[in-house]
This record gives sequence, C-alpha cells and structure tokens, in this order.
Amino acid sequence: MTSAAQTAGPSADLTMKEKGALVERLFSLLSLLALFIPLVLLAVLFGDALRDALPRLDWNFLTGYPSRRPASAGILPALVGSAYLMLLTALMAIPLGVGAAIYLEEYARPNRLTQLIEINISNLAGVPSIIYGLLGLELFVRGFGLGRSLIAGAATLALLLLPMVIMASREALRTVPLSLREAGYALGADQWEVIRRVVLPMCLPGILTGIILSVARAIGETAPLITIGALTYVAFLPDSLKSPFTALPIQIFNWVSRPQAGFHVNASAGIVVLLALMLLLNGLAIFLRIRLQRRTS
Amino acid sequence: MNAFFSTARNREQPDAGPSLREKLRSEELKAWFGDAIALKGISLSIPEKAVTAIIGPSGCGKSTFVRCLNRMHEVVPGARVEGRVHLDGTDIYDPRVNPVRLRRRVGMVFQKANPFPTMSIRENVLAGLRLQGIRPGRGGELVERALTQAALWNEVKDVLDRSGSSLSGGQQQRLCIARALALEPEVLLMDEPASALDPIATQKIEELVYELKASFTIVIVTHNMQQAARISDRTAFFMLGTLIEIGDTKDVFMNPKEKMTEDYITGRFG
Repeated sequence: MTSAAQTAGPSADLTMKEKGALVERLFSLLSLLALFIPLVLLAVLFGDALRDALPRLDWNFLTGYPSRRPASAGILPALVGSAYLMLLTALMAIPLGVGAAIYLEEYARPNRLTQLIEINISNLAGVPSIIYGLLGLELFVRGFGLGRSLIAGAATLALLLLPMVIMASREALRTVPLSLREAGYALGADQWEVIRRVVLPMCLPGILTGIILSVARAIGETAPLITIGALTYVAFLPDSLKSPFTALPIQIFNWVSRPQAGFHVNASAGIVVLLALMLLLNGLAIFLRIRLQRRTS
Repeated sequence: MNAFFSTARNREQPDAGPSLREKLRSEELKAWFGDAIALKGISLSIPEKAVTAIIGPSGCGKSTFVRCLNRMHEVVPGARVEGRVHLDGTDIYDPRVNPVRLRRRVGMVFQKANPFPTMSIRENVLAGLRLQGIRPGRGGELVERALTQAALWNEVKDVLDRSGSSLSGGQQQRLCIARALALEPEVLLMDEPASALDPIATQKIEELVYELKASFTIVIVTHNMQQAARISDRTAFFMLGTLIEIGDTKDVFMNPKEKMTEDYITGRFG
C-alpha cells in the first residue's frame, strides 16, 4: 500500500488542495486590496490638502484672526473655540457617560426597563448629528436661555458623545473578569469599593481610549454647531461660557463656500490643522492604552 | 488505600488531632442558581483549627457549599440561599448580618489565582485593608507576616513592588492566600486552590494548609482525593447537591459507611 502510493505520486485528493490554496491566496490579496483602498484615499486626500495648504501654513495662520483678505486671515479664534469646546464637552460627557455605564453595567438589575434603556442608547449613537443640533437649539439655546454660546455648543456636543462614551465604557467594564470582582468581595469590600479600587483601575485604558476617540470625533462635528448658531466670522477669542464662538470645521466650511480662490487655500490649511489635531488625539489614545496596559498585565 | 496517607500527614503530628470545638455549622442549607437547585439541604459541622475537605464529582455542589459559608454565593446574579449557617453560634444568614463584615472573618481563596493585576505584590497583600478604606501605609510588618504565613516571603521579599501578575502560577496562588491571611480571618475557605497548579506548587500549597490549621479553621474543596486524604482531618463527600457522608478523613477513606462513597474513592465513577 505504502510503496504503491510512493510510485503513483500524489493522489487526487492531494491535488485538489491546490485549488483551495489558490482561492486562499486570492482572498488574502483581496483583503489586502480592501485595506489599501481606504489608506490610499486618505493619503491622497491629505496630500492634496497639504499641497494646497503649504504656502499658507505658517505661524501667522495659526495665530491670526479672520479677515476679508484671504492672505492675512488666520484660524486662531476657531482653534481656541474648538479647544474650549472639546474641554467643556469632555467635562460634561465623561462623568455622565462613565457614571451611566457604571450604573448599567454594575448596579442595574437586568429587567425590561434596563433592556429598553440599552436599546435606546445604541439607537442614540446612530442618530444623525443634525438632530442633536436641533435638540440643542431648542433645549440649550432657547429653553435654558444660553443663547448661541460656547456652553450651549459644548452641551450639544456632550449629548452627541454620551451614547458613544457610555457604550465604550460599558465594553471596557465588561472586560474585567468576574474572578477579580469576587476576589474583592471575598476580602470584605462592598460593591462601590470593588468598582473604585479593582474594576475602574483595570478598565481605565479602555475607558480612556473610548473617550478620546469620541472627543476626536466631536471636534470634526459641524452640523450640530451650525444648527445651534456658531458664528462663521469671529474676530475675537471667547472670554466666557456664554460668549459667541466658532470652531475649526465651521471656519473651514465658511472658507470653502467663499468664491475667492485664496479662501480655498485657507480652507485646505484649516483641514490640515484639523486632521493633525485628530491624529494627535488618536495617537494620544493609543499611547495611553499601551502605557496603561503595560501596567496592568 | 494506605498510599493515600503520605508526606505531610505522617511526618509529624503537632497537635493530637483537632480540638473539635465547632466553628461552623450548616443546617438544611439549600442553594439555587435561578431555578436550578445546587444544594438540597446540607447539614454538617466544621471543627475549629482543623482542615475539613469537601470532595465529590464535578457539579456535586461542593464549591457552592463553601461559597455559602461566607455568603459569596449570593454575589452571582439569580443565586439564592435558604437555611442557616452558624459561625460561633451566630446565624450568618440573619438579615441583620452584613455580608461584607462576615467576609472579613471568613476569608476565601479561589480555584484560579486572582491577584489584582493593577497592584504590586505589596499592594495585593494590603488590598483587603485598602478595599475596606483603611490606609495601612506601606504596611511593612503586616506584609512580611502575611507573606511569611503564606510561605512566599523568601521568594518575593526583594521584589515587593513588582506586579502581582509577574509571579508564577503557584506563587500567585500563595500571594492570594497571603492577601486573605492579612485580614486575620478566623476561617479560610479554599476552593480547589491547587487544581490549576503543577505537582511541586501543589505540594507547597498542601504543606502550607497543614501549617495554617494551627491558627485557622480551613475548609478546602478538592477533586483530588489523595489531596483530601493527605491534608484533611475531616472529609465530607457530596453528590448531586446532597451530603452523602462526613467523618474523620481516615474513616471516610478506610471504612466508608456508604456504598457511594466507597465507589467514588475507589474510582468506580467520578
């Protein structure tokens, strides 16, 4: 039997495998292609914006105020506005979002109401941002009488972020194994102590990553800010919570819609600044995750 | 059958048998997971400063039983307990008893070593105090005593600030024992503490159990019958949520009263 097989060469079922391997190689190539298409698109987009922007990207652009003359127009109020917005949004969205996640994951009893809340949070994460803008306009700008202010914009963005922060935090909380919680209980800790000293320190990298990624998304949001009435021409820096404001995406949107070619160059420069900022934030998220994970494993 | 009795037990007899003062007693203890019953009414007595082993096939309720002794069973969602457990004559299921306070007197070591990964070795030992809101500082003396009791001090005394998860599996389990001992409990519950360890690490844990019984009441769950025979004074055999037999370990292994016990320990099923 064995000698016969040796002389007869590989049998039919062995040669069949060649076809399988071919399909496999084809599939891995297709996957690679699928990976490259978005990467190349992103690179082309960024490269195109960068090429247009280079002549305008200087210190004066970053520290200048808007102007009727494209060559002297700067982005400072938008940059500062975006920074304030992010800070205020994070201050509102993080405690609320993480708190809600802790409640849902650790305290809530699994009943109909909890399920309903969970489904709604997932739905809210998918609601278009302009709807949040309309809600913010009605609730914060008019209802609370905050006007078209920085704080109204931040509150609207915080609403937009909440579902994302809640879901990311819940995912992170779920990664803490039951065995560690039990270890805490067995040492005579109550539930809050276990959450505070065992669960939260362990899932901090995950929660932080989720928060930073959400915030990075929020700085690119334009629609809700336009809806609540962020200004497009601001020649001053916001000096209080109720001060009018503008933000990077708004400024870019404004410049793009101008007829003069010079403003389009400004828009490209603004895009590069915005993308760099987002890249910086995402980088920070990755850095924090790696650093904290090294500590926990 | 004599092969069961080896090493630790025959080496020396520091105290002539257990004191036999009752430390824990369960009465008609029943436990459920949702609708599934796991314990069908267990009544047994656990003597002070002795090792009581709980043996039985998988799913017989032995883990559930020890988890009822410090009210850890109710931590699982949907889990429920009926009946009484007396600790020094006090019913721990009395509604006035705070399970958090109880667990400081009845410590527990789990099957899988579970040191807190975000804490150093030192912090792990002090975790029980910290979790209760006590600030022990660096807790030098306490850390050394607990780690010495857990037979780990010599191996880790120079690396106390390294992460607890940097240790080997057996060391991690002894760290968990030290963490439980740092609270100076009266009872130590051990749920298959050596089942995930290699034979050498297992032997260390067994020797440790033998030494600890001078100061603590120990209840140990094991699926390893030789282990039960080697380290325990009393053995209880569980099956399908009921207590089949309990007695002095020697009697249970040499002259089991029940046919089922005999079948199990001679390996006819299990």
